[in-house]
Amino acid sequence: MTATDTHIASQPSPDAATVAAVQPALSIGNVSHSYGPRRALIDVNFTVQPASFTALLGLNGAGKSTLFSLVTRLFGIQNGQIKIFGHDISRTPGEALRLMGVVFQPRTLDLDLSLTQNLLYHAALHGISRREARLRSAEVLSRIGLADRAGSKVRDLSGGQMRRLEIARALLHRPRLLLLDEATVGLDVKARADILDHVRQLVTEQGIGVLWATHLFDEIMPGDDLVVLHQGRMLAHGPMSRVIADAGAQDVNTAFMRLTGTATLTGKPPT
Amino acid sequence: MSSTTATPERSGFLVSEYIVCLNGIVWREALRFLHQRERFVSALVRPLVWLFIFAAGFRQVLGISIIPPYETYILYEVYIAPGLMAMIQLFNGMQSSLSMVYDREMGNMRTLLVSPLPRGYLLFCKLLAGTAVSLLQVYAFLLIAWFWDITPPTIGYLTVLPALVLSGLMLGALGMLISASIKQLENFAGVMNFVIFPMFFASSALYPLWRVQEGSPMLYYVCQCNPFTHAVELIRFALYGKMNWVSLAVVGGCTVVFMIGAILAYDPSRGLVRRGPGGGEA
Repeated sequence: MTATDTHIASQPSPDAATVAAVQPALSIGNVSHSYGPRRALIDVNFTVQPASFTALLGLNGAGKSTLFSLVTRLFGIQNGQIKIFGHDISRTPGEALRLMGVVFQPRTLDLDLSLTQNLLYHAALHGISRREARLRSAEVLSRIGLADRAGSKVRDLSGGQMRRLEIARALLHRPRLLLLDEATVGLDVKARADILDHVRQLVTEQGIGVLWATHLFDEIMPGDDLVVLHQGRMLAHGPMSRVIADAGAQDVNTAFMRLTGTATLTGKPPT
Repeated sequence: MSSTTATPERSGFLVSEYIVCLNGIVWREALRFLHQRERFVSALVRPLVWLFIFAAGFRQVLGISIIPPYETYILYEVYIAPGLMAMIQLFNGMQSSLSMVYDREMGNMRTLLVSPLPRGYLLFCKLLAGTAVSLLQVYAFLLIAWFWDITPPTIGYLTVLPALVLSGLMLGALGMLISASIKQLENFAGVMNFVIFPMFFASSALYPLWRVQEGSPMLYYVCQCNPFTHAVELIRFALYGKMNWVSLAVVGGCTVVFMIGAILAYDPSRGLVRRGPGGGEA
C-alpha cells in the first residue's frame, strides 16, 4: 500500500461510509429495453448490495450485455431507472460512473500501448493526476503479478493476463461497484479460477459490490446472490439457496433448467 | 489489488480533473501516432506528391493572376500550398474518424465513453488531440515546402496557427460526426468517395474560384458552399498575416454545428451510433 493509500485508509470519508451502509450498490428498477420490435429486457428489477457477489446468470442472448450497456450508460435508458449508490445513471451519470468499475466482455485494452500506458490512460479519464496514477499503476501491477511486464505491449500478454489487467484497470479509480460481463470467456480452467478467486477476494477484503454476468454454473458459489435472466425477463432473484429451494431443485443447474423451462412453456416467469 | 478504500462521495469535477483528462487523451493520441510511423510518412507524402509532381506539371498550364492575399504574381506551387495544408488536416480528420470506428469495433471506445467526465467534454478532448496531431504534420510539411521555395512571411508561420487549429477542429468534428454514422470499418471506403474527394476537388485548394466560375458557374456555387473551401481560404490568408472574415465565420460556424452534431450522435439516449443486441456501442 502506498503512502497515499495509507492516508486515505486512515481517514475514511464518513459520507461514503454512510451512503454505502444505506444505499444498494446497484439498483435496477423496472428496466425494459427494445431493439426495434425485439424486446431485449422486460421489467427487470434487482439490487446488488455492497460487499456482495451477485451472479447474473443467463444463456447467450438473455440480455446480460444489454443490461451492462444500460448500467454503464453506453445505451440510453428507454424505461425504468438505474441507480448506483443512489445516483441515477441518467440524471447524474458522472457521480454514478465514478463509483463504478467495469470489465466488458470484449477486450477494451489498447494492444499497442504498454500495460502502464493503458493504466495511465484510464486514470486520466477519471481525472487522477499523473503522479498518483503512476503510484497506483505500479501498485496494481505488482498485486496482479505483472510488475515485470509493466513496459511490455499488451498484445504480448496471454488472455488471462489481459483479463487480470482489465480488472486491475477497472479498480484503479477505487470504485465501490464492479461489473464484469463474462470476464472468463475464452480462458483456460486455471485462469478462470484465478480470476474468480481474485474477484471474490475484492468482495470480502475491500467490500466492493460485484455483479458478475455469466452463463457458467460452476462460477456460482452457495453464498452468492443470484439473478436469473432469460429471454430478457428476470425469472428469479435472491440468495442462491432460496432460488434453488423456490425452484424445487437440488442444485443451481437444475433450478436454472426448471426456471427457464417454465418460462419457455408458459412464456411467463414463475411466481 | 487496489486500495481498500473507496473514492469519497462528492459531486462535480475539479478543473484539475478536466485538465488531467485532456492531457491523457492528447498523450494517448500522440503515442498512437508515434507508434504508427507509416501514418506520419503517408500523411506527408500525399501533399508532397501533389506539390512536387502535380504542381510542377500544372505550373505552365494554370496561370494565377494577382488575387488576395497575394500582392504579386505567384507560382502555382505557392498557390496550392495552403490547400495542401488543409488537405493534410482533412485526411487527418478522416483518419481520426476511422480510428474511432476501429476503436468502437475493438471495444476501446468503451473505455472513453464510461469515463465519468461529461461525454461532450471527452469528445472535445479527442477532437483537440486529433487537431494537435494534424498541426505536427502541417508544420513538417511547411518545413519541407520551404526548401521548395514556398516561403511565406516569417510571421505567417505564427499567424497561421490559430487558423490551423480552427480548421483542424472543424474537419475533426466532421470526421467524428461521420464516425458516428458508420456502422462498420468496411464502410469507410465510402467516406473517401463521398466526403474526402468531393470536398477536396470542389474547393479552392487546387484552383482559384474565379477560374472555376469561368468554367462552370454551377460548380462555383458548390465550391462556395463547401466548408473546406473556407478552411483553405482561412489558412491561405492567415499564412500571409491577413484575415478572411467570411471564411472565419463559416469555419467557426461549421465547427460548432459539426461538434454539436457529433455530441448528439454519441449521446446514449438519442445518438446515431448503432445499438445492437450484442451490447456495447459497436
